[in-house]
Amino acid sequence: MAQATPALEIRNLHKRYGEQEILKGISLTARDGDVISILGSSGSGKSTLLRCINLLENPHKGEILVAGETLKLKPAKNGELFAADNRQINRLRSEIGFVFQNFNLWPHMSVLDNIIEAPRRVLGQSKAEAIEHAEALLAKVGIHDKRHAYPAQLSGGQQQRAAIARTLAMKPKVILFDEPTSALDPEMVQEVLNVIRALAEEGRTMLLVTHEMGFARQVSSEVVFLHQGLVEEQGSPQQVFDNPNSARCKQFMSSNR
Amino acid sequence: MNWEVIIKWLPRLAQGATLTLELVAIAVIAGLILAIPLGIARASRNGYVRALPYGYIFFFRGTPLLVQLFLVYYGLAQFDAVRGSSLWPYLRDPFWCTVLTMTLHTAAYIAEILRGALQAIPRGEIEAARALGMSQAKTLVHIMLPRAARIGLPAYSNEVILMLKASALASTVTLLELTGMARTIIARTYLPVEIFFAAGLFYLLISFFLVQGFKLLERWLRVDACQGR
Repeated sequence: MAQATPALEIRNLHKRYGEQEILKGISLTARDGDVISILGSSGSGKSTLLRCINLLENPHKGEILVAGETLKLKPAKNGELFAADNRQINRLRSEIGFVFQNFNLWPHMSVLDNIIEAPRRVLGQSKAEAIEHAEALLAKVGIHDKRHAYPAQLSGGQQQRAAIARTLAMKPKVILFDEPTSALDPEMVQEVLNVIRALAEEGRTMLLVTHEMGFARQVSSEVVFLHQGLVEEQGSPQQVFDNPNSARCKQFMSSNR
Repeated sequence: MNWEVIIKWLPRLAQGATLTLELVAIAVIAGLILAIPLGIARASRNGYVRALPYGYIFFFRGTPLLVQLFLVYYGLAQFDAVRGSSLWPYLRDPFWCTVLTMTLHTAAYIAEILRGALQAIPRGEIEAARALGMSQAKTLVHIMLPRAARIGLPAYSNEVILMLKASALASTVTLLELTGMARTIIARTYLPVEIFFAAGLFYLLISFFLVQGFKLLERWLRVDACQGR
């Protein structure tokens, strides 16, 4: 029997800013239920890689496939690849959740309104339907009592959990986490990690850019170590953390123990 | 100070104030409606789309309101096409000339306020909308415009108060709004200090209520809570 179609596949992705090459040909495959942690030092291209997947950044070369469907790209004058089909990219984006480092909640809306906005506008859910789903998600991430609060009234950890609920409200097939705990103080990191861990245990497909090494080791099915725009090391958490082949990865792991 | 004269003429001044309010209300509301597409186009990344509102704003911000008013009031009648048009009954009326000029003038300023507000929205908030699959148009309507309204509201309230005072220019094209009415009364009573003092009080009173109104609106829209994070 042929192998099942991967949930997300990236082939030979290149990205540069001016002369600076950030991604030099990255390929990555996430099958259903995979939790892939992407590690690497600052400037190794982790966040850029994640942002290229749903075209928040425009790559210069490469292919992106979501559940076997190729994202249609066309080159612009400056060499960047843009979405060739607006409908397709909007649909694919709605299927790929993205959680930002800085939460990016809309400050003029209550938590509940933040969460129901996209399901109503994009999926065409009725308000009642969207609220029902949102309330369940808020209960799941543990901030149901804050549903009528505004983002500025919440702690960082609560804001990030609200942002995760907002992403989940779209029922994404894949979720991308871009350093979800880097803007939080140590006490709040755990509450957000617990939510992410629960999602991993549900069998969701996730890509996680993080500096939380211990967490990455626990939840990941696969760990990818990026260095200077290339995949330097890739494999099971045990292999990458304990027995890396590359010297650079070994050095990085030992400095983070 | 001759208080009796002031009290005697208060009803006429109030009449003038009503006309002032009408002029300002129509201008700032119609101006806002006109400014929305102008401001959006002005914030566009496409140079061609930006050019038209740029030219419009350059003209209306670069010339005095008084000159614009004279151009409309005295200038339009020069054209047979205008005199023959079905709009002529309106365009020969000083009230509609003033409303038209003030609207076009304030729209230029409001469009710039809106452009600034749209560009001040933190990028991440827009990215969040796009990452959830919202199209550019949906992001603009449901996220960016409501957000920009809160960023631009204090500047807009300022513009409304500026227009309140700029409306005094309507007196130069025969309209008996607050200033025009004051000048007419002075021509009869020869008491400029008393009458202008009373007119000034009316302007202050209107400003006060406008400021209070915008304060309530800012509170209702939670403007403060949205600034900084």
